[in-house]
Parts: sequence; C-alpha cells; structure tokens
Amino acid sequence: MAKKKEGWKELPIGAIIVEPGSSRKFKTGDWREGKKPVVDKDKCTNCLFCWIYCPDSAIIVKDGEMKGFNLDYCKGCGICASQCPVNAIEMVDEEEK
Amino acid sequence: MKVAAKTANEAMAEAMRQINPDVVAAYPITPSTEIVQLFSQFVADGLVDTEFVPVESEHSAASACTGAAAAGARVMTATASQGLALMNEVLFVTAGLRLPMVICEIARTLSAPINIHCDHSDTMDQRDTGWMQFYAEDSQEAYDLVIQAMKISEEAFLPAMVSADAFILSHSLQRIDMLEDREVQTFLGEHKTPFNLLDTDHPITVGPLDLQDYYFEHKRSEAQAMKDADKVIKKVFRDFGKKFGRNYKLIEEYKMKDAKRAIVLMGSTAGTAKEVVDTLRADGEKVGLVKIFAFRPWPTEEINKALKDVECLGVMDRAEGMSGFGAPLFTEVRSSLFDEKKKPDTYGYVYGLGGRDITPEDIRKVFDDLKMVKRGKKLQRNSYLGVRE
Repeated sequence: MAKKKEGWKELPIGAIIVEPGSSRKFKTGDWREGKKPVVDKDKCTNCLFCWIYCPDSAIIVKDGEMKGFNLDYCKGCGICASQCPVNAIEMVDEEEK
Repeated sequence: MKVAAKTANEAMAEAMRQINPDVVAAYPITPSTEIVQLFSQFVADGLVDTEFVPVESEHSAASACTGAAAAGARVMTATASQGLALMNEVLFVTAGLRLPMVICEIARTLSAPINIHCDHSDTMDQRDTGWMQFYAEDSQEAYDLVIQAMKISEEAFLPAMVSADAFILSHSLQRIDMLEDREVQTFLGEHKTPFNLLDTDHPITVGPLDLQDYYFEHKRSEAQAMKDADKVIKKVFRDFGKKFGRNYKLIEEYKMKDAKRAIVLMGSTAGTAKEVVDTLRADGEKVGLVKIFAFRPWPTEEINKALKDVECLGVMDRAEGMSGFGAPLFTEVRSSLFDEKKKPDTYGYVYGLGGRDITPEDIRKVFDDLKMVKRGKKLQRNSYLGVRE
C-alpha cells in the first residue's frame, strides 16, 4: 500500500530534501511506455556497453557480468539495444516475457 | 548614537556595512548605483568581511545571493527599477526556497518610456514574489528598516526588500541617527540556519523538482510564512524600539484619532502629506494619514482598525497597476475593508508617475475632494493627480 503523503505542515521548509539518496525512492521505471529491454545471454559478451550507455543506471552488473535490467528505473529509451555490438538486447512489448 | 548627514543611498550602504554580510553580489543601476559603489569601497578598505561579487547582471546578482543564502551566508544586494525587474525570476526562487536575504531597493519607474525617476511600479511589479516589502519615508527609516529587515528575514525565513524613493530620498541629504557598529551586530546576532549546503554532516538537496504531488504543499507553507511574518515583524520592531528608541509599526497612523477624512500612502510622500494634515488640522478639519511601512505581508488588521471610523478615504498610488479598475494600493485597501460593516467611502488617486512632483496643493485637493463627497458630490472612483488633461 502506498505511504500516506505528508501534509504541508509536516514537510521541511523551502522544498529542501534532508535525506541523502532519496531519489532511489522515485521509481522512474513507470515512465516507460510500451517497450522494455530483454537480453539474450547466449549472444551477450559482457562488454558492458549497455552499462556505460544507460542514462538511468538500470543495467544490473555482478562480478563483471551483465545480469539484466532494473525495471524500477529503466525508462525504456532503447539506448542499450541500439548500442549493443552483438545485438543481444531487444526492445519488446511490455506484456511479453 | 552618532548623528550623520546621509542620503538614503548612503544610509542604506552604511546599514550594509554595519550588518557586515557574508556575501554581496550586485550590479549597479541608477539611482541605487551609489549603494553598491559605496559598499564596494567598504570592501576595498577592509571595513567589512564580505565576499563581494561584481556580477554581470541583476539576474546574476539575485542568483549568486540566493545560492550563497542556501549555503548559509547572510546576504544582501541593492537594485532599482529595471534591475529589480530583471531579478524577478530569481526572486520567486529565493522566497520559494525560504531563504533570508535583503535588497536595498530604490523605487524607480519602469520603461517604457524610459525614465530614471521615482514611482513604485518596480516594487509593485514584485508584490507576488513572496518577498516582504517595506517602504521608507526618509533616510532614517531606510537605515532602520534595512537593519530590522535583515533580522526579520532571518527569523521569518522569507526574503525582504526595503524601498526608498528614487532621488527624493536616494540623493537627498538628511540628518540621521546611526547606531554603533557593535549595536547592529548584537541586535542581529549570529546568522543561524536550520539547514545549509555547506553542512556536509547533514547533506541536503536544494531546489529539487517538485511535481503535482508536493508543490502545492510547499506553496501552502510559504503562504503561511508570509501570513505569520507580521508577528515576526512586530517582535523585531518592538525589540528595536526598546533598544534604540525608534519605534516602528506595520503602519503609521498620523493624527488618525477622530479623523473623518484620511489618506493612505507609502514612502516619501508621507512627509508632504503630514504637512498638509497639520495645516488642515490647524483649521479644525478632522483629517489624518495612514502610512504603510509593510506592504507585504499586507497589514489587514491594522489597516481596518485605523480606518474604521473614517468616512471618506483617498488611497494614493505611485504606480498605475494597469488593471483597468484601480491601482495596487487602492485595490488592496478597498479589498481589505470589504468585509467590514463600517467602512469609508474609498477613492483611488494615481500620482507622481515617473518622478512627477507631488505638492502640498495636490494632497490638499484630495482632502477637498473627499469633503465634497461628504456633501453629496459624485466623484470618480479612480482618478489621476497632477496629470495634464
């Protein structure tokens, strides 16, 4: 359930943010419209071009290996798919797996 | 206490020197140039500890000051007219971020046609920015109000401008009583902020995107701060009066006791109007004057109380407002009185645009008009004083 939002008396003055790193809570993945990226790990060479180019830091990498996408922040821009040198990333309809 | 002869420009510059702000970013403009010029001399002479930033425009001056205020600095600047207009965008930011700051403002008209002389169109143009506005009648008030505005601003978390009329005050030498430097410092105390950008132990973000789900709440609390600022102003005025013997209120009531006809106005014209009130009083006429010190926040309670027994009222605006139905001060006063059961019949007069002189005869004409209304003459609701037909 969504947290109840603060009333005007409860907010810090001047719209300042007093909690560092709070932008993590802003799940910009819901800006995605229709298309999401999927990776074919059989083709992927873990060159990490996608990780370098992703403007939303939404590529999950562990121990030097590309592990997929953080869809909480992926806005579906398709830059990863366009930059992938081995065409391992495809933009597919949101409903598809 | 030191007696000195100072123009309003000099008096405000001296107030700035005694406040010794951390940062002043400024750009010169007639007729407030002298404030910046004198202050930069204080910097060059080592009389202040201020970081002086000679920026390339007033937009930059307001921006640099706003940034410095967010970093926890005590900040000030000076400007007038087109300069204030150029600051407009940033003034909303300073207020919206709830940052203290003081502008020493010289009230000069706006182009077009170009004119460097006095009227209040520049500050009236900024009345919705969320800045507090104070108007001085003379050099003494300009000096005192700048010092008090700094404290008010820091306690209310809202920026403030103190306005003195172009040339009439900015360049006229008057006698003022100055405080000692240390008295000003003690009165203001150390500038403390609950949050600031340089406090790395408590990192903050200033000016983030604030969309449909929070912007309204932040504006609501800013509006409340402006509404509540009158309490802060009254407290600071009271403290200042107690310490230094010069007492300020949101409005000054001049011979208003038993007054049946009255005038409301702001700034230097009050001096001329008081003279006229004195003359008419000597003839036994029950006339008075209300001078507004604080235009923002608007002093509804004080205005309504002062005017409740007045029968006919003239509101004198040194700005047109271009609303087609009355100038800013007139609409404010009339709206303020609207809910009162007993209220004066109120008329608006626009006067003194572009530095047109306002004479005792002009003001007398307003009182005469108001007398004729009482005798049944029909008067135009809004008219112009001293314009050639």
